[in-house]
Amino acid sequence: MSVKSLRGLLLAPWAALLSGCNMVLLHPAGDVAMRQRNLMIASVVLMLLIIVPVLVAIAVVAWRYRASAKTSTYDPEWEHSTKVELIVWAAPLMIIIALGAMTWIGTHQLDPYRPLRRIDDSQVVSAQIKPLRVEVVSLDWKWLFFYPDYGIAAVNQMAAPIDVPIDFRLTSSATMNSFFVPALAGQIYTMPGMQTVLHAVINEPGDYKGFSANYSGLGFTDMRFRFLGLSAPAFQRWVSRIKAGGGTLDRRAYQRLAQPSRAEPVHHYASYEPDLYTRILNRCVDPQHMCMRRMMAIDARGGRPLAGAGATGPVPAHGMNMGAAATH
Amino acid sequence: MHDRSALLHFILGRLSWSAIPYDNPILVWTFVAVSASGIALLGAVTYAGKWGYLWREWFTSIDHKKIGIMYVAFAIVMLLRGIADAVMMRMQQAIAFGANMGFLPPHHYDQIFTAHGAIMIFFVAMPFIVGLMNFAMPMQIGARDVAFPFLNNFSFWMTVAGAMLFMVSLFLGDFARTGWLGYPPVSELAQSPGVGVDYYIWGLQIAGVGTLLSGINMVVTILKMRAPGMTLMKMPIFTWTALCTNALIVAAFPVLTASLALLSLDRYVGTHFFTSDLGGNIMMYINLIWIWGHPEVYILILPMFGVYSEVIATFSGKRLFGYSSMVYATVAIMILSYLVWLHHFFTMGSGADVNSFFALTTMMISIPTGVKIFNWLFTMYRGRIRFDVPMLWALGFLFTFTIGGMTGVMLSVAPADFLLHNSLFLVAHFHNVIIGGVVFGAFAGVNYWFPKAFGFRLDPFWGKVCFWFWLVGFWIAFAPLYVLGLMGVTRRLSHFTDPSLQIWFQIAAFGALLIFLGIVALLIQIVVSIRNRDSLRDPTGDIWDGRTLEWATSSPPPAYNFAFTPIVYERDAWTDMKQRGHERPTEGFKPIDMPRNTGAGVILAGFAFACGFGLVWHIWWLAAGAFASLVGVVIGHSCNYQREYHIPAAEVSRTELAYGRQLAQQASGP
Repeated sequence: MSVKSLRGLLLAPWAALLSGCNMVLLHPAGDVAMRQRNLMIASVVLMLLIIVPVLVAIAVVAWRYRASAKTSTYDPEWEHSTKVELIVWAAPLMIIIALGAMTWIGTHQLDPYRPLRRIDDSQVVSAQIKPLRVEVVSLDWKWLFFYPDYGIAAVNQMAAPIDVPIDFRLTSSATMNSFFVPALAGQIYTMPGMQTVLHAVINEPGDYKGFSANYSGLGFTDMRFRFLGLSAPAFQRWVSRIKAGGGTLDRRAYQRLAQPSRAEPVHHYASYEPDLYTRILNRCVDPQHMCMRRMMAIDARGGRPLAGAGATGPVPAHGMNMGAAATH
Repeated sequence: MHDRSALLHFILGRLSWSAIPYDNPILVWTFVAVSASGIALLGAVTYAGKWGYLWREWFTSIDHKKIGIMYVAFAIVMLLRGIADAVMMRMQQAIAFGANMGFLPPHHYDQIFTAHGAIMIFFVAMPFIVGLMNFAMPMQIGARDVAFPFLNNFSFWMTVAGAMLFMVSLFLGDFARTGWLGYPPVSELAQSPGVGVDYYIWGLQIAGVGTLLSGINMVVTILKMRAPGMTLMKMPIFTWTALCTNALIVAAFPVLTASLALLSLDRYVGTHFFTSDLGGNIMMYINLIWIWGHPEVYILILPMFGVYSEVIATFSGKRLFGYSSMVYATVAIMILSYLVWLHHFFTMGSGADVNSFFALTTMMISIPTGVKIFNWLFTMYRGRIRFDVPMLWALGFLFTFTIGGMTGVMLSVAPADFLLHNSLFLVAHFHNVIIGGVVFGAFAGVNYWFPKAFGFRLDPFWGKVCFWFWLVGFWIAFAPLYVLGLMGVTRRLSHFTDPSLQIWFQIAAFGALLIFLGIVALLIQIVVSIRNRDSLRDPTGDIWDGRTLEWATSSPPPAYNFAFTPIVYERDAWTDMKQRGHERPTEGFKPIDMPRNTGAGVILAGFAFACGFGLVWHIWWLAAGAFASLVGVVIGHSCNYQREYHIPAAEVSRTELAYGRQLAQQASGP
């Protein structure tokens, strides 16, 4: 049986199976993810222009010039052709130039740090829309979401109104994770003592999967959360329900929460200590620890002199975007 | 630890009875199986009285051919461990849905995926390429051995010692639970206080010494020991790829050594290179390890590109198309491989300019790679293609690797990577290129050069069985992973809640089973070939009508390879010699001095293993003592100047004339 017909036999069942599965990367519900998908599809199409002819050519050439054929030309010394060389260098080069240009533009437009300019392909972000701010902390092994504009917090569940830009600020407590809601937008790492940024928008209501895309330890496999895309009134109801539900996330409660645990059930807090996220980012939730911001400012000035040599007093803010509130 | 006396603590470090995993049935039965088969094997060797033979002819040999064969044999043994890990992972992921937690809790599963990756890369793929380069390259350049034969032997045993540290972790303590690259913070003391990461670090540091020395050895050999007339552009293409590979090894492996050293300082001494506090930065480790890691994967593939070039040209009965182009493409790939490392962490938030730069450099590598694929295609064009087993592997590679390369370019588009990073799509991509490129190349190279090494070829029927199981098995195992990646599934999960994913994992598990059967077929092929070696015998030394100088020797070659160093006039030197009607010399043989065998390599690696073991378990006296002994043996060995043995001209003459008679008999027919 020829290699070619075997390949055909192998491919047919895939077509049947693929029709029944939900590839969320190909059917996202958020504009950013959709544009990322489009770039991915465009790159595949560009490459198939070369790949398909090459695969066909391999099969055809291998069959046509097989030793048992006897009727094909045999040219054992033919090893050079400037024309062929020009084509084989130029064709991939042109494809890569095109792909490279698309990638450069796309990488800048889809930079997670860049605020959104559009809600979807028919709406742009207007000055009237106030983005939703969410501060995300990846703990061992669950997700904590702060809503600074509403004063509420949630574990392993977050919600956002549709067609409203979301400004994420992300950090981690102890391990490195990766915040990923495939239907919404691409992922971004969360790292302890550092802040990453993601801008995204959800265009369709739904209950979407979120998880960590970077291995972080024994509880990693259960580190799942739900991302709820809600209409504006439904979102308000979600917020109100949480406010009515009670519970405060103060430093003590956070330190208990930050203890390693697996498969943490969804729960919410009606309020939280105001500068808690900044303290988590600066690794000074525990009052014994110096905030990173202060430590970095001291280091930037050459380090702390010995005790008694004038090292007391508050240290002014250092320009590393480590949050405004923490001063300890 | 209160009840342990200080003396016991000094003697045993943190080693204790609790290090033995009594409670893990898989490990207990593995230990039983390993012990039983180990005792059986050792017993058989003893019964056959072969220890002297093994020690004299193989373990202490500094002959590049024997060292190359040992590397390949070692790689095949470690492949069995690696595939066992893979099969366990596939089984777990096929069944662990909803209420079914599978049979591997994260505590165990997370060690398995870490070990699987590290073993396959460091102790399967690297030994395959180093073994093939070791075996073939010196003969291809008309040399008698590599530049530093003792270092060659030492490098091999250091690789084995590193692997043994990994293997000991199965039965004493745990292995690392970090993923194959040991990212902090998980690999730091706070998250991994046990011995696992230390086994990982010292195993790789020891093996890394071996690899780095091997790299230096081969670069010097290729640059300084080519036969007269063999300019760089007349070298066989496999030797070119070996040169570029070893240059990459020399430039990249020190980065791995340094990164692991800094991590070990964090773990042993309390520094803060990669912690999250006190000035450490995990991003530094990730950058450093990938500055090594990306050249590493090109180290793995470039020699295989060389194998395919030799195989395709030989089995098409044609010159390699576009030799100069192939050389430039290889050098371009070598250089570019240093400029792409950040594509492994586009999602770290480095900004659009940085991400774009690395995306573009990554895409650029596909240009010289594409050129190579075209040149192989044009080598086959107007050739006379024989579908011997090595050629089948080359065709499998052309199909498989091309698709894998395409998915790689997909991943290089940074915004697409934001969706696909660390997903099963990524896992499918790198297995696509590593299996399709490196593993297929290993099998092509082994089938191609086996007759040269042993004087008989590998059984073609079982070779074809092995090939088809691998080719079909690979696609059935990994195509579902592409689908799962597009469904948003990430890697390294040991349990799932979405039942719609399960069918894909079950298909993948079936594919893994087929690959396992392919490995069984490989083992059968080896056994059958040895049993039927007389009917598979190759008395001509040139079973495939080869084009390069290794085929000018007998199969197997004499220890000295060539009685007279060949003089090279053209590329494809052996084809040139055949076309000019060369005749084997029958007189004028000179005596040959060859380097003598030595046990120092085995002994040094043994001390390195002991030192590593002591460092892992904090048995400081053992670590210090073993290290001191190592230094002592090095000094002693360096002061030993009796390192050669003499082959008298009469013996050379006897060997060469006997082979000449054998060839004449062969030519005149039975």
